[in-house]
Amino acid sequence: MTLRLVLIGAVLVLAALPALNRLPAENALHVSDFIVSIAGKWITYAVLALAIDLAWGYAGILSLGHGAFFALGGYAIGMHLMRLIGPRGVYGHPVLPDFMVFLGYKELPWYWLGFDHFPFAILMAMLVPGVLAGVVGYLAFRSRITGVYLSIITQALTYALMLAFFRNDMGFGGNNGFTDFKELLGMPLNTAAARGALFYASLLLLLGALWICSRVTRSKLGRVLVAIRDAESRARFLGYDVTQHKLFVFVLSAMIAGLAGALYVPQVGIINPGEFSPGNSIEAVIWVAVGGRGTLVGALLGAFSVNALKTWLTTVAPDLWLFALGGLFVAVTLFLPRGLIGLFSRAQR
Amino acid sequence: MSEPVLYLDGVSVVFDGFKALNGLSLIVDAGELRAIIGPNGAGKTTMMDVITGKTRPTAGVVRFRRHDLTKLDEASIANLGIGRKFQKPTMFDALTVFENLELALKAPRGPLACLRWVLTGEARRRIEAVMEEVGLAARAHDRAAILSHGQRQWLEIGMLLMQDPELLLVDEPVAGMTDQETEHTAALLVRIAGRRSVVVVEHDLEFVRALGSKVTVLCEGSMLSEGSIDHVQNDPRVVEVYLGR
Repeated sequence: MTLRLVLIGAVLVLAALPALNRLPAENALHVSDFIVSIAGKWITYAVLALAIDLAWGYAGILSLGHGAFFALGGYAIGMHLMRLIGPRGVYGHPVLPDFMVFLGYKELPWYWLGFDHFPFAILMAMLVPGVLAGVVGYLAFRSRITGVYLSIITQALTYALMLAFFRNDMGFGGNNGFTDFKELLGMPLNTAAARGALFYASLLLLLGALWICSRVTRSKLGRVLVAIRDAESRARFLGYDVTQHKLFVFVLSAMIAGLAGALYVPQVGIINPGEFSPGNSIEAVIWVAVGGRGTLVGALLGAFSVNALKTWLTTVAPDLWLFALGGLFVAVTLFLPRGLIGLFSRAQR
Repeated sequence: MSEPVLYLDGVSVVFDGFKALNGLSLIVDAGELRAIIGPNGAGKTTMMDVITGKTRPTAGVVRFRRHDLTKLDEASIANLGIGRKFQKPTMFDALTVFENLELALKAPRGPLACLRWVLTGEARRRIEAVMEEVGLAARAHDRAAILSHGQRQWLEIGMLLMQDPELLLVDEPVAGMTDQETEHTAALLVRIAGRRSVVVVEHDLEFVRALGSKVTVLCEGSMLSEGSIDHVQNDPRVVEVYLGR
């Protein structure tokens, strides 16, 4: 109960940020552009953490490649943003983005068709991660690949995608990815209004994802997932088709991660293959571990607290960050197996 | 004479040249309670594995009513109406007694059906009736992890009952139980049989005697002797494998 109040309070504080940003700079309550944009980014990270927690914390699917779904969602919206640049590129080509002109493309590749429409791009930000998770998940779960083997496969998946997206001939901007975005839905991106709108969109996505995830985890499906996590073969003998259940939650999780990526990219203004790097996926798993897997609030808590630490530490002592991250993971595993949220519920009792 | 519920004929299972089952035949009738005994390595657990689809037989017929079990996977076999209790009680420790039984309750098993599932009054009554039957009504909202060993065994039997199976396979239900718990378990299994067929694998001969059922003795993967407990205990071949050569 207390936890719910804290959660509602946190959401209200977040919701107030863009409004406080509009106050004159000399006002004591003024919030800087930096805070708004970083908070908006963290919200999308929190959505990614929810997605990972749903698959890992509840169904026991430890994906070390969820960053791939996030990045694919980001690329989908990135393609839309590139199409919106239109003839305003450096080369001034009426249709082709700059990097295509530079690489000697004569026309838009077929898989770029449709991305000039916003709804199509959003749909793809969900569908592409969903279908990929569906195919990979089906093959892996059907063969009863679990535990560390599954983690390695997902890790390899994101690594393979990173290498693929680095290639210029893939048609996704290679090394440089997409950047230099101008506008989205008619709003110039570099304005307080756009920042606020993207921020609220992210917050809505977070609440929506939280609602869907809690619908799942509070239903019998949630208990079936926990059952599969703790005693997979028992669940099978009870007549549950474990492959179907895992596939359902893995695809749902990938789609949520894709949408998070789609809101992340317009806020940071760039997407490149680095987003697929395995380190990103592992970091996101650590957020969930630190916050407390198997509780949705824990995932949110972890995403915000670890990112706050990262922002602070990379400013004061950038070289220490990776050691701190690794140390944090070890410390949580050894001393706080239930994560930060474990402290909370212990205090409540 | 009605059609048997379970029909095994000439079933063999070979693991790397080792014959875990060797031409085993077994017939269990509707409503029958059957005890299976045998020394370690006789193939009792392998037999359970074959019936539940965990292990595929190398040769032989395995039939449940008219269904050929050698062609089905674990989940479909479970859904046909064969429930299995493992040697080591396995349940979902993070869930309560009630939730464990709820998961076992016969209901659509797909992800979407589970997402939309609402606990009806009738389902609740069925769960409560089973909790009553296995003696766990007072522990309904305790997590399975904190139950005693005996209670865990009963919960697992309760989970089997929730699936309303026609055939129950029970693997060493009283291992590690106190005498009182053993008695309670024997009475429970006798009560359950009649409405359904129950196959019990057990080492404890006192317990098997308390069941008062037909006994099948397995040895080296095939049937050695069959009959009442007194009959098999006096069978010289059984005495030989139990007392050593």
